[in-house]
Amino acid sequence: MEPRIPGRLGEKSQMLYRTAGQFKTSYEADQALFPVRQDALLLGVILAFAWVIFPLTASEFTFQTLLIPILIYALAAMGLNILTGYAGQLSLGTAAFMGVGAYACYKMVTLMPWMNPVVAILLSGVFSAGVGVAFGIPSLRIKGFYLAIATLAAQFFLVWLFEKWAWLYNYNASGAIQVPNLEMFGVYVAGPQANSLVQYYVVLAIVSVMTMLCINLTRGNLGRTWKATRDMDIAAELIGINLMKSKLTAFMVSSYVVGVAGALFVFMWRGAAEPNLFDIPLSFRILFIAIIGGLGSILGNYLGAILIVGLPVVLGIVPAALGIPIASATVEHINVMMVGALIVFFLIIEPHGLAQLWRLIREKLIIWPFPH
Amino acid sequence: MKDTSGYITPDGRQIGGTLMEMRNITLRFGGVVAIEDISFDIREGEIRAIIGPNGAGKSSMLNIISGFYTPSDGEVWYKGSRRPAMKPYEVARMGVARTFQNIALFEGMTVLDNVMTGRLTHMNAGILSQALWWGKARSEEIDNREIVEKVIDFLEIQNIRKTPVGRLPYGLKKRVELARALAAEPSILLLDEPMAGMNVEEKEDMSRFILDVNDEFGTTIALIEHDMGVVMDISDRVVVMDYGKKIGDGTPDAVRGNQDVIDAYLGVAH
Amino acid sequence: MLNQIFVAPFIDMIGAPDFLLQVLWEGLVSGILYALIALGFVLIYRSSRIFNFAQGIMVVFAALTLVGLHAMGVPAWVSVGLTLLVMFGLALVIERVVLRPLVGQPDIILFMATIGITLFLIGFGEIIFGGENKVMITEELGIPTGSVMFEPWGGLLILEQKDITAVIVAALLVVALLLFLNRTRMGRAIRALGDDHQAALSVGISLQTIWVLVWFIAGIIALVTGIAWGARAGVSFALEVIAYKALPVLMLGGLESISGAIIGGLMIGMLEKLFEIYWGQPLLGGNTETWFAFVLALIVLLFRPQGLFGEKIIERV
Repeated sequence: MEPRIPGRLGEKSQMLYRTAGQFKTSYEADQALFPVRQDALLLGVILAFAWVIFPLTASEFTFQTLLIPILIYALAAMGLNILTGYAGQLSLGTAAFMGVGAYACYKMVTLMPWMNPVVAILLSGVFSAGVGVAFGIPSLRIKGFYLAIATLAAQFFLVWLFEKWAWLYNYNASGAIQVPNLEMFGVYVAGPQANSLVQYYVVLAIVSVMTMLCINLTRGNLGRTWKATRDMDIAAELIGINLMKSKLTAFMVSSYVVGVAGALFVFMWRGAAEPNLFDIPLSFRILFIAIIGGLGSILGNYLGAILIVGLPVVLGIVPAALGIPIASATVEHINVMMVGALIVFFLIIEPHGLAQLWRLIREKLIIWPFPH
Repeated sequence: MKDTSGYITPDGRQIGGTLMEMRNITLRFGGVVAIEDISFDIREGEIRAIIGPNGAGKSSMLNIISGFYTPSDGEVWYKGSRRPAMKPYEVARMGVARTFQNIALFEGMTVLDNVMTGRLTHMNAGILSQALWWGKARSEEIDNREIVEKVIDFLEIQNIRKTPVGRLPYGLKKRVELARALAAEPSILLLDEPMAGMNVEEKEDMSRFILDVNDEFGTTIALIEHDMGVVMDISDRVVVMDYGKKIGDGTPDAVRGNQDVIDAYLGVAH
Repeated sequence: MLNQIFVAPFIDMIGAPDFLLQVLWEGLVSGILYALIALGFVLIYRSSRIFNFAQGIMVVFAALTLVGLHAMGVPAWVSVGLTLLVMFGLALVIERVVLRPLVGQPDIILFMATIGITLFLIGFGEIIFGGENKVMITEELGIPTGSVMFEPWGGLLILEQKDITAVIVAALLVVALLLFLNRTRMGRAIRALGDDHQAALSVGISLQTIWVLVWFIAGIIALVTGIAWGARAGVSFALEVIAYKALPVLMLGGLESISGAIIGGLMIGMLEKLFEIYWGQPLLGGNTETWFAFVLALIVLLFRPQGLFGEKIIERV
């Protein structure tokens, strides 16, 4: 009969997140995405919410203002993160590449209405990838801030092009594109007749798959190549990395993801678009999500998106709930101020963003309730 | 024709024929002549030290060997043929690995990931395979992980393999850098002041590792080093540089007695 | 087609030289103002290696404060003085709240912090001043608002006096800045800090003082730019977008060169105007000024990564 251990040691059973004792016996097991059981459980809970609970309980408002945009923004930020966070190439032109994806998708569905909408969305990434690689070529000669400014060339030029090249919006007098009703297997997935729930599932499915692909890429050889390029490109070259290939691949993959996000942005959420939708403010919005979420992380993009998308919603609801009347324009200004302040705050407190904050919390959880 | 016959050292190691040869290398930066008409060879399996006072051009020579600088004049011969001007990453892929004077590790990655980057020249699964974590990418990752773990065992850094490199003390960083270079299974290993900043114990450890690498894997090693004791102890042959010129070339004993070398180190005007 | 691109525009230019001069003048004026904004960047970058993205919003903020104070009944030149005080206060707050906690962080972190500052000031400014367009108090400041007419070659050239004033004031400001940096103790300290942080610290130069001073000078530049530009285009948050133009100037002139900023600014100002009038509008549908400067700078950098004036970058291992 085992003697009962009195006092604090008895609290061992209270350790929720205890990871000691989980041994891996093969490299393969160690490489698993969630080698710690508790992490896998946590993910399971989140997936259950995403796939089952939210769809059953969420209102139209929640879909349109929170769930769908959070997923789409997270995807766009993920694309940017690959380029800036993992490969170290600062880009301020994300919105323009989203636009390329959106317009490519529009042309495809209007020129080839028989095409499956999801296929069209996934293909539009190819176009933004091509444009991305073209505008990424300067990165071979230009670095740092100068490269960031060079990406603005892409940003401003493309927005100008979206407006001037009338073929893109089918010579529509208003200059805007409207998403037509698009069907897939008999159900409307896009356009005025599409159901939010259906769109949510489509977005969720696409974003989930792309997340998996990005996780795999960033954890493997390519990810290491990118991080080496980011951390010390001279040393990277000297150990055998072809910098040109590394950087252009980063632009390609990043722009693909961002382009798909752009197509989703217009087709699965906004329903219409004008060229100035893809202007600098959107680029910065995505950049903030990537920074606050954590550069060089996949999870961070989701966390950042939740914060950036959720903040104005919360700011809109709270004053009314508390009975304080604030004009909606003022709310918007406060939102802008708070995002600015949050950026500075995070950079001072935790430059690696919310993802790092989560990692720290998790480490504390692992040894909880012990202090160390 | 260069002599290609090998020999066995007194302690039983096999030294082969010429692996790399520098012929009349000159390096100019604008008006400054960093290296002037230097020739020497490095034999397979040997430990070749490059020594000389500060500013002699040793690091520049190493940079030429690793392809970072292109010589203004002269040729580099590698494995019997002339090495044309090529980019540093191509040189690396030909089996040249190196460490750096001021550590050049990838601070954003763990020790394991850093050493894994050393295997990059041996891994070439396509992007699709990597994205799907399937087929070649998966098996390659596991196989190379095994090789990397062997290197990690060899250099006794198992307990820090998941630590981000930025957090490590200087001595361990140097060892991780060596691991990364070793992981590439290079034909020739270049070490740029591997003992810099180390205390006596750390130097002994590092010397042991270097000797072990050469002994067990037969890796050819060229190293720049300031510590004379280390140089005399572990190297087979030495090249001495001063003000960009070669002033000595031979076994440690031969070089030790060379008056020019002594003068250079004592700062006698010459 | 080729004729349209390579021949016709030049014929147009020669055919109406007075118009060409007008275009060049307009470009010169914008160019001077871009140069001023770029100067603010250069100053801050040289002394702290911070790429101050907030320079643009500082221009807007300064202009808004000036106009706002005057609207409350404060006399014009008193408003100027008070605005300078506000800019000084802003510099103090930024140094204390943002810069000091981030000392030693990599450049990119500091850059992003300045983006954060920009956002904050935009939101803050909108709440305090409101977002509608305002009119710059040009007359109240004593700036002549008429125009001067010339008749070169029998044609017509009109120069707005407020533009002439802007150019003169900008030139004076640059001279004053150069004198300050080269002849005064503080100025030397700023330059020393730019060259080597550690060394400057070791000879006893106080980091905090220098930074507050530098940001304040940037604030003064911002105010002058704000007045000049507000007089031409009205005062609103749209002004902030114009500040983006300073970025290609920095690409051309380098982040550390004052002369680079000036020459780069003038070049960009004039070239983009020329392109827009003679190629953009006839051939491309106009509105090319949004991107021309950037593409131009990009092309130059592809051939000379250090910019037109920078020193060749030598990588060391």
